Amino acid sequence: MAFEFVEGNEAIARAAVRAGCDFFAGYPITPASSILHYLNEDLPPRGGVVIQAEDEIASMGFCIGAAMAGRKAMTATSGPGISLYSENIGLAVMGETPLVIVNVQRQGPATGSATRGADGDVQFTRWVTSGGLPVIALAPATVEDAYLLTFVAFNFAEKFRTPVFLLSNAELGIARESADLDAVPLPPRFDRVKAPPAAEGFRPHQFDNPADVPAFADFGGDTITRFTTSMHDKDGFLTSRPAVIQEMVDHFAAKIDAAADEIALVKEDLQDGADTLVVSYGVTSRSVAVAVREARRRGRKVSSLVLQTLWPCPEKALRAAMRGLKRVVVPEMNMGQYRQEVERLAPDGVEVEGVCKMDTTLLSPDEILRKGGLL
Amino acid sequence: MSAPAIASYMTDRIGPLPFCPGCGHTTLTHALDKALVKLQLDPRRVVVVTDIGCIGLSDRYFTTHAFHGLHGRSITYACGLKLARPELKVITLMGDGAAGIGGAHFLNVARRNIGITLLVGNNFNYGMTGGQHSVTTPEEGLTSSTPAGNPEAPMDLCATAAAAGAPWVWRATMFDPDLPDVLADAIAQPGFAMVDVWELCTAYYMPRNQFKKKELLEMFGAHGLTTGKVVDRPRPEYTARLREVLASAKPPRPSPGIEPRFPHAVSRQTGIVIAGSAGQKIKSSAALFAQAGMFAGLHATQKDDYPITVQTGHSVAEVNLSPERVDYTGIERPDFFVLLSEDGLRRTRDTVAALPATSTLYAVDDLELPPTAARVRRLPSRELTKDAGRLSLCTAALAFLLADSGLYPVAALRAAISAFTSPKIAEASLKAAAAGAAAVHRE
Repeated sequence: MAFEFVEGNEAIARAAVRAGCDFFAGYPITPASSILHYLNEDLPPRGGVVIQAEDEIASMGFCIGAAMAGRKAMTATSGPGISLYSENIGLAVMGETPLVIVNVQRQGPATGSATRGADGDVQFTRWVTSGGLPVIALAPATVEDAYLLTFVAFNFAEKFRTPVFLLSNAELGIARESADLDAVPLPPRFDRVKAPPAAEGFRPHQFDNPADVPAFADFGGDTITRFTTSMHDKDGFLTSRPAVIQEMVDHFAAKIDAAADEIALVKEDLQDGADTLVVSYGVTSRSVAVAVREARRRGRKVSSLVLQTLWPCPEKALRAAMRGLKRVVVPEMNMGQYRQEVERLAPDGVEVEGVCKMDTTLLSPDEILRKGGLL
Repeated sequence: MSAPAIASYMTDRIGPLPFCPGCGHTTLTHALDKALVKLQLDPRRVVVVTDIGCIGLSDRYFTTHAFHGLHGRSITYACGLKLARPELKVITLMGDGAAGIGGAHFLNVARRNIGITLLVGNNFNYGMTGGQHSVTTPEEGLTSSTPAGNPEAPMDLCATAAAAGAPWVWRATMFDPDLPDVLADAIAQPGFAMVDVWELCTAYYMPRNQFKKKELLEMFGAHGLTTGKVVDRPRPEYTARLREVLASAKPPRPSPGIEPRFPHAVSRQTGIVIAGSAGQKIKSSAALFAQAGMFAGLHATQKDDYPITVQTGHSVAEVNLSPERVDYTGIERPDFFVLLSEDGLRRTRDTVAALPATSTLYAVDDLELPPTAARVRRLPSRELTKDAGRLSLCTAALAFLLADSGLYPVAALRAAISAFTSPKIAEASLKAAAAGAAAVHRE
């Protein structure tokens, strides 16, 4: 066991390398730029490509092109950049393009508070592109968590052929902490399933059951493949037939929804006899940990559920944790975005309250104890 | 002469080309097919990329790989494909509308010289959306968005590409009998190559403006332009250059891990704030201080606050040390506060004024402090910087703090300095650490 003093962004970059990332395109933006800097040193000597694009739209376009040519691609930005990625994220959903998108969130809207944190992009991530089809989003709390979840993000991107978001925060991305990254237990690496060579008639979006993930053929590989951002059939040809379009839309949703339990990563700290549950994610869950310890020290029975997966919403875990409770407290560095999900799932009679702040500072354990009624 | 191995790179599997009768896109698409036949490229190593606009209906008719993306962004996908697999021939077909909305990509692919081929089906208006004006619509041109005549000046795509640094540019028309040969030449270029193909839009621009072959050809004279080669000045292609530059690059050395080898006297999470001026090495000294704590078996966190400029304004670092992992990284009531300059005080005045009696404030001796409940220790700045210089003040102050507070041994700070700084910086920093500790011991 050897600790290092590591920034959250560096942990993300190093996990990407470990996951086999070999393409990165990005445009400078605080607080995400150091991911570009780190990978610019680390990837190229290993045969990877790193390019600073002319803007965020090109960053995504480069990544999509590279990913469709078989590379494992990642990009990193902050809220304003995600706005510019939006249209191409839809294209990546359509193309079933494996891709990792890091959002080191900063307080917004617009230019907001450039170097300071918030979790204001939680619902923006879910509804980031027109059409509203599901995406996957993971939210790390610590540097070690960032390392783990970046690795997992690549696995999910490859396995489900979809863009996967890593929702970090300036409070994590550009802060350093003691961490032992080599000791972080990682799952086995998953690489996209490649289609067997086909002389002709390859179907880029072949599935038998809607939840199946089609086998992939690289652009420029031996199997001729095609893609269109327009609604297409399994052959990748544009279609206007409603039945075929609905089948494809069902497929895009089903391949993620059907795997929701596999994608749902949570950390439960449930206490017998507790009448209150705190639901949190990202850096706020660290303050929650302190607050819950303090409440328990004072004799309160309190449970905690930390969500590492935000999208798809870990509904099963949330429902189970809320059974038999009186209150649920949802502290967030925004004006109550994820509370909507918790309210939607809360059993009758369970009161859901938010502790909300987006003044660029962390919610303190004290604020959570007082405003969350945990004293 | 024997017949070519591949007689066509197009398929009629999905029917005939969909373009309006007389549309220039049909001519351009067939010319591209003939160019590919001439070059006899392996279709598995060719990608045809298009985007939105009528010309974007063409990619699916090719038996190569085919990629159809968002309006104006085909250049970005093409570049991604080429960067990922430099051995590919990536051919982008787009319209004059896409050249406008994707203007940044158009300029930058030419500037970077990424080796893709760009064929612009330039018919002076947006055909797909009903004949609105584009960046190439001639002045006075009638379109559905310029019903009284276009008041905007058109952009010469070739001159623009040339100005941006494109190494190979050709201006053509759909009536050029050698168009397939020109396209073949463009595709054969190792670097970025563009062909601007002037076309008739028989649905909109032609009927609205009585713009036929004759008028199209007359426009050259009117603008003082000619068909043919505009630029031919080869320079190294981007992906090839990248491979060359990177041949000698080495990945960064992994940072050495920190094994605890000093004791500490920290019983709970302890917050230390260091405030000074940019240029005082606040951020790097604070990192060494935190890493030294890790040498003493502590967990550490660090957050920094500084303006976007360098060497001017404030620099503030917040460090937590704890025997346990640090959960909450905020420091509301610092246990220790190190104040090294007026800039630092200006930025943190409210916090300094609110320091509780349990805090210790280490402030350089010439600084006028606001009233505070904290225990104040004055840092003898001249003595601290006598041997090591002003740039080492922060390190000296942190050594002073360590010797005064006993959080962990100054020897751990020396270990961090030796492990994580270059020999030259380490020499000064070690002197500063010694001066800081000695100043406490002398008292």
